[in-house]
Amino acid sequence: MPETLVEFKKVNKKYGHIHALRDVSVSLNKGEFVSVFGPNGAGKSTFLKLLCTMTPPTSGQILYENTPLNKLQDSFRSRFGVISHQPFLYSELTALENLRFYAKLYDVQNIDERIKVLLDKVELYKRRNDKVRGYSRGMLQRLSITRALLHDPEIVVLDEPYTGLDTHASDILTRILMELFDDHKTIVMVTHNMKQGYDAASRLAIIKGGKLVFNEQKANISVQEFDERYIEAVSR
Amino acid sequence: MKYLGSISAIVSKDVLHELKSREIVVSMLLFSVLTVVVFSFIFEPGSQFKNEVVGGILWMSFVFAGILGLNKSMMSEVTGGNFSALLLAPVDRSAIFFGKAISNFLFIAMVEIFTIPLFMVLYNVNIFAYGAMPVVIFFLGTYGFAILGTLFSIISVNTRTREVMLPLLLLPIIVPVILSSVQALNIYILGHDPADAVKWMQLLAGFDAIFTVVVFAVFDFIVED
Repeated sequence: MPETLVEFKKVNKKYGHIHALRDVSVSLNKGEFVSVFGPNGAGKSTFLKLLCTMTPPTSGQILYENTPLNKLQDSFRSRFGVISHQPFLYSELTALENLRFYAKLYDVQNIDERIKVLLDKVELYKRRNDKVRGYSRGMLQRLSITRALLHDPEIVVLDEPYTGLDTHASDILTRILMELFDDHKTIVMVTHNMKQGYDAASRLAIIKGGKLVFNEQKANISVQEFDERYIEAVSR
Repeated sequence: MKYLGSISAIVSKDVLHELKSREIVVSMLLFSVLTVVVFSFIFEPGSQFKNEVVGGILWMSFVFAGILGLNKSMMSEVTGGNFSALLLAPVDRSAIFFGKAISNFLFIAMVEIFTIPLFMVLYNVNIFAYGAMPVVIFFLGTYGFAILGTLFSIISVNTRTREVMLPLLLLPIIVPVILSSVQALNIYILGHDPADAVKWMQLLAGFDAIFTVVVFAVFDFIVED
C-alpha cells in the first residue's frame, strides 16, 4: 500500500473571478514521479503553488500526511524544493553568494561542503565566483537545481523546468531527476514536453480548465495511448 | 533565534547586493541631494521665512528619494521570481518583511547621513545646536517610512503602474509620520524649546509601534495570493 504524502480534497482556487482550479481531488504518494500536462492557463502552476503551500485553497482541503495546511508550521516548507522556469536567483550576486543565502534561510548544515557537492553535480563549481548575471539560461537552470536541492527536500516540485534549456543542461536535469527518483524522493513536474514528461514519470496527470481530467499510473498506458488521451482531453 | 537569523540573512543579502549593484543608494542620494540643492535657490539669503519650511523640504527629499529606492529594492526581489523563493522558505513570513524593511531603513539612513550635512550648509541651519536629539527624530521618521514603504512596495510591485501606485498608496497613509517628523525637526531648526519636540516624538513613536503591529498581523494575508 503506497504511503500518501499529500492529499487534495475537492480543492478549489479562485483569483478574483477567475476559477483557476475546480474540485481537484488527488493523492500524491511517497516516492512517486508525477508528470502533469495541460494547455496554457489550465491551472497547472496553480496546482503546484497550492501543493508547495505558496497559496491557500479558496475551498476544499489539502492534507500533508493527514495534517491540514493551516496546522502546519513554517518549517514544513523545508520539505519542498521548487524548480521553476524562473531561476529564483539574485543576478548581482555570485553563485556561491546566492547559495549561501538560501542555505542560511533553510538552516543547512555544513553549507560550503553541501554547496560543493551540488555544484560539482551540475558542473558549475568552477564558475561559483561568477556573478549570476553572466550565466546562460542553461547555467541558470542548473544553478537553480542546486538552490532547490540544497536542503535535501523530500518533495521536488518542477514547473516547466526544461523551458529554454540546451541539450547539455537538459541532460543534466534529466540525470538529476532520475537520481532523485531512485532516492525515493517525491517529484511533481509540470511540463509541455510530452516525451520527457512521459519517460520520466511513474504517474501521469492532465489538467484542463482547472479540472483534473486524467490521472493514471504510467504502467497502465502506452505512450501512444497517452498521446491520444491528451489530444482528446485538451480538444474537448 | 531562527527568526532573527532569517532577518539577518535577508539584510546581509540586501546589503551585499547593494554593495555590488549600487542601484538603490546612489539613485536615492542623487535625487535627495538634487532636491535639497534646487530648493536652496528659492530663498533669499538671510530670509527668516525659510527656517519655517526647510524642515519640510528636507523630509520631502527623503520621502521621494525613499519611494524611488523602495521601488528599486522590491524590483530586485521580483526579477527572477526571488520574492516567491523567499515565501517558499521555511521561515515566518513576517521575518521576510522585517528583513526587507530593515534593509530599506539602512539604505534611506545612508542617504540621510550624506544629505543632512549638505542641507545644513546650504540652508545655513544647525539642526544639532541643542544636542543630538534630532537623530532620534530621523530614526523614528525613517523607521515609520521604511515599515509602511516596504509594505506598500510589496503590494504595488506586481502592478503594471508600480511607479505611480506606490506613492498613491503610501503618501496618504504616511502623513502622520511625515507631519510628526517635520514638526519635531522644526522645533530644533527654529530654536524653540526642545521639550516641545518630545510630544511629537512620542506621537511618532506611537505611530511606528501601531504600524509595526498592524504590518506584523496582516503581512501573511497580503502575500498569500
